[in-house]
Amino acid sequence: MPVYNQSRKNVIRLIFISLFVIIVLRLFTLQVITSKYKVLAEDQGTFRKVVYPDRGIVFDRKKNAILQNTNISDLMVTPNKLKGIDTMSLCSILDIDTAQFKKRIIDLIIKNGRSRSSVFEPLLSEEKMAKLNESMFKFAPAFYMQERSVRSYPYSAAANVLGYTAEVDTNFLKKHPGEGYVAGDYAGMTGIERSYEKVLMGVRGIEYWKRDNKNRLTERLEKGIYDTAAFAGQNLYTSLDIELQELGEKLMQNKLGSIVAVDPKTGGILAMVSAPTYQPQYLTGSERRKHFSELFLDPSLPLLNRTVSATYSPGSTFKTLQALIGLHEGVITTDTRFSCSGAFYGCGGGHAMKCLDKGTFDLRHAITVSDNTYFANVMQRVISNPKFPSSDSALTHWDNYMYGFGLGHKLGVDVPSEKSGNIPTPKYYNKVYGQGHWNFCTFRSVSIGQGEVDVTPLQVANEMAYIANKGWYYIPHVVDSIEGGDKYGMLEKYRKKIVPTNIPDSIFEAVHDGMQNVVEQGTGIGAKIKEIAICGKTGTVENYYKGVKQPNHSFFCGFAPRDNPKIAIMCVVENSGRFGGTYAAPIVGLMIEKYLKDSITDPAKLNRLDKLSKMNLIPPRIDAEIRRQDSIRHSRDSAYLMAKGFVRLVRDTVGIDDDQLDKDDLEKSNKSKPGDKRKKDSTERHEAVLPSKKKNNQRHRRP
Amino acid sequence: MYQKKNINANDKDWVIIWLYIIISIIGLLCIFSVEYRANENIIKNIMGLEKNYSKQLFFLVIGAVLATFILLTDSKFFTATPNILYIIGIALMGLTFVVGKNVNGSNSWIPLGFMNLQPVETCKIFTALALAKYLSRPETDFTKSRSQLIASGICFLPVVFSLLQNETGLALVYFTFLLPMYREGFPPIYLILGASFGVLLVLGLLLPPFQLSLGLTVLALMAIYFLKRRMKREKSILMVIVSGWVISVVFVGLAVPFMFKHVFQKYQADRIFSMVGRDNPYVDKDSSQVTAVITTTKKGKGDNENYNVKQSKIAIGSGGLLGKGFLKGTQTQGDFVPEQHTDFIFTSLGENFGFVGCTILMMLYLGLLLRIVFVAERQRSTFSRVYAYSVAAIIFFHVAINICMTIGLAPVIGITLPLMSYGGSSLLTFTILIFILVRLDADRQMVLR
Repeated sequence: MPVYNQSRKNVIRLIFISLFVIIVLRLFTLQVITSKYKVLAEDQGTFRKVVYPDRGIVFDRKKNAILQNTNISDLMVTPNKLKGIDTMSLCSILDIDTAQFKKRIIDLIIKNGRSRSSVFEPLLSEEKMAKLNESMFKFAPAFYMQERSVRSYPYSAAANVLGYTAEVDTNFLKKHPGEGYVAGDYAGMTGIERSYEKVLMGVRGIEYWKRDNKNRLTERLEKGIYDTAAFAGQNLYTSLDIELQELGEKLMQNKLGSIVAVDPKTGGILAMVSAPTYQPQYLTGSERRKHFSELFLDPSLPLLNRTVSATYSPGSTFKTLQALIGLHEGVITTDTRFSCSGAFYGCGGGHAMKCLDKGTFDLRHAITVSDNTYFANVMQRVISNPKFPSSDSALTHWDNYMYGFGLGHKLGVDVPSEKSGNIPTPKYYNKVYGQGHWNFCTFRSVSIGQGEVDVTPLQVANEMAYIANKGWYYIPHVVDSIEGGDKYGMLEKYRKKIVPTNIPDSIFEAVHDGMQNVVEQGTGIGAKIKEIAICGKTGTVENYYKGVKQPNHSFFCGFAPRDNPKIAIMCVVENSGRFGGTYAAPIVGLMIEKYLKDSITDPAKLNRLDKLSKMNLIPPRIDAEIRRQDSIRHSRDSAYLMAKGFVRLVRDTVGIDDDQLDKDDLEKSNKSKPGDKRKKDSTERHEAVLPSKKKNNQRHRRP
Repeated sequence: MYQKKNINANDKDWVIIWLYIIISIIGLLCIFSVEYRANENIIKNIMGLEKNYSKQLFFLVIGAVLATFILLTDSKFFTATPNILYIIGIALMGLTFVVGKNVNGSNSWIPLGFMNLQPVETCKIFTALALAKYLSRPETDFTKSRSQLIASGICFLPVVFSLLQNETGLALVYFTFLLPMYREGFPPIYLILGASFGVLLVLGLLLPPFQLSLGLTVLALMAIYFLKRRMKREKSILMVIVSGWVISVVFVGLAVPFMFKHVFQKYQADRIFSMVGRDNPYVDKDSSQVTAVITTTKKGKGDNENYNVKQSKIAIGSGGLLGKGFLKGTQTQGDFVPEQHTDFIFTSLGENFGFVGCTILMMLYLGLLLRIVFVAERQRSTFSRVYAYSVAAIIFFHVAINICMTIGLAPVIGITLPLMSYGGSSLLTFTILIFILVRLDADRQMVLR
């Protein structure tokens, strides 16, 4: 056969080679130059799984775990795989209707996108878990369950101190950039869960997994060489005495108010009761949302930690401090006597402050009977002391004492949302009355702890620790130590002894004498315990709500034993009526006995305990509010909440340290501005029920 | 005895045989990497023939047996029987209309129990042999258009059957017989026309007809301008340009839209357009309401095709320069690429061994092709040469289209990667094709008819 067309073999070769070259070039761009496909492959073929370590456990002073972890599952959904899911049966298991189902899915798509999985139903109840487990095959792969560790409270006490964790919101994420939080994470929202979030959360680990086309995780990528390990959160050892806390909560049932007990030697908080409180496990688990909105709407404000977030006029408990200042300033001696013929006339006759016991008293006796006139005279002498050129500088001097005693500023306790309280300043009076247009008589009620002075229960307890220690204190704190070391220096400030003034022991002794007499034979006899020398002081605090006088707050504060103080304690029962000695003193007495003797055995005392714990002292105002709220329960909308000021309040409870707010409060508490009275009363005098209308922040409102 | 003496090891083309073995083993390993998951009992799987890789191994063994048989067969058998084999092949294709088994939406399979036979595949062998037989007849004068027509007829008769069976992709394979025909003296104009037809078709897909016509007009005017002087001497050039322009414009303006509207099935058109990254513009809008239900179901399929190519590109693209390593490909292990063990087997190589691995495989294939061309050219008999070129052309078409498919340069038309894709039909077809060639080559000293 002739080979006519032999040259054509080269054409054919050329065709082969050129097409192969084109293919190789294309492969080069695809594999070497373009990085797009590598990213896409990583996106779909691998999965970055965050491993959540267990949060740290919190122990009380006897090493009982008071806050630990259990496991609950979340139902997760990946919206783009929803096709062909048996929606009806899922809805019936979860007890929702299809419209809700759709809405949730759409919300999640908006929030997290179609292909990423998000939490459809968090924290399933055991019943739902069991049902879902049976029929999970119907809902896979769009739905799956993910276990997560949830907080549990073995003692179901100290809810306000320990706080709760909740899903972080966008605001939280904005405030904590670069700390590894993503939407859907849980973080501490209140209490020490919040203040020690950094140590409790631990270090998250990351596992890289291979993922298949059904979005299932198949195996570790490269056998886990890129993974980082998770470290469990650090455990916290607190100074809380959980039994004391439980007793306090029992005693404060059906009351508004708080108890704070501090170990004066260390500043460690032994008990921190805010009443009413709630079952801490209410805010974990499947019913969290429902419970939250219930608590949130409760007019008695169970979410508010009254021990640090509510401020009151200290009333007569303030007199102990007045005595210290008077003695140290030398304007009185322990033997100085003032007499009261029925009222304090040092400022003339108008609106004279009455005293309960007529007669002539020395300092010790004046403390014992809580004589108003005596301490009005003391403060008048301090303010009118000729050593100061004006009331201005004298008041500044007085203020410095008060600041030293831990009043008028935040103490820096490790429980969030502490209020600073208020000590009236010259600047304030200058603003209200004008420079030089005011003197002691303008604010004479301050001398007996009424008027512009405001304190938190914690500040009062700390002040007792200061008096008990005769001149020093540690900043009160809940957490004593952190297991594995205090990496962030969070506990440093609690190790520093604070010695504000050099008041000699003799002065303290005099005040102690008076205070011991209060319990032995004075107004605070309800706190008396056999064989224990208790020093105490009652307070009966007048207060107003929306301009209407309310039943008095019952105050009692003290410490024991006198010579070797082991507990400094304060109790307030809001709007209980009667006197400080009536309710607060016996409560304190029982608390001290429990703490010092470890148990209460005396049948009479047990009887009293029983009676006190069953006593309902919730003011009728709250009941009225509850009834009113029931009638408008359907209007649980934001407008209502904002109008009621609940939003602001709850935000306070979750601890926004907003100095601006404090300033605003200060300006609002302008006492003498006519026409402003109503507002003042509602914001200033009723600290625990603050329907302020400003800064309505919906941040913590939940559907 | 005479023949037996003739078949000694030295006469066989070991290069082709080794390339065959290497590529087949690479293919087997790729199939293995697609299916293997950690902690599997490989021995048990291989013995049990449960996994595709074990079946492929089994097919390779059958292939070896077949190859041995072919090498032991008298080469005269292949020159004597093409006509009857061709008729049998065509008959088998006809048989699929009667006993056809539906595999992946195509009826072109005949069930054989342990495997399914696809006559369109095997018929390639018979067609190659028949073409070789026809062209090697002493009385055939391939310069005559009558012979050219008959040769084309032999090649394109199976195409008709393929099209009837909705196997457009496999039908296209038969167009590669143009290459051996070209080698034997088929006028190149047909090759050029075919190529420009292809180019125009692709352009017709990429650009709207109006713009394309405008472009063609500009091209024609430029040609006239530059060829002005030559045109004065040869008037016919103007005619050629003008008629070429008219035909092109008519083709892209009318024929392409017509084809997409009326010739192709909608899913085919969608598939083709999805390859070039466009929506099918030739959806019949008038009947859209009537066919709404159908389109929605078909849409799913169109998306699926798009998904295949996308996943295929992701797998290959993520391989990088050196690849992720054997059995370490996340896309392969995660089953992201559909049909990865058959049509998309190249992706597992691309992901696991990267650009370097791909290039080496391409070199192996190119080596095989060039070796076959070399072998073809050393044949004394026309029969062997035509057959060798047919084998080269078929392998070339399969490799080029399959790989272009996986990297998004060609539409997904179900063409396997020779010797690598899973499947007995494909593997055995190529084994037979190649070993007949080796057998014929071993007897190249004889003048065969």
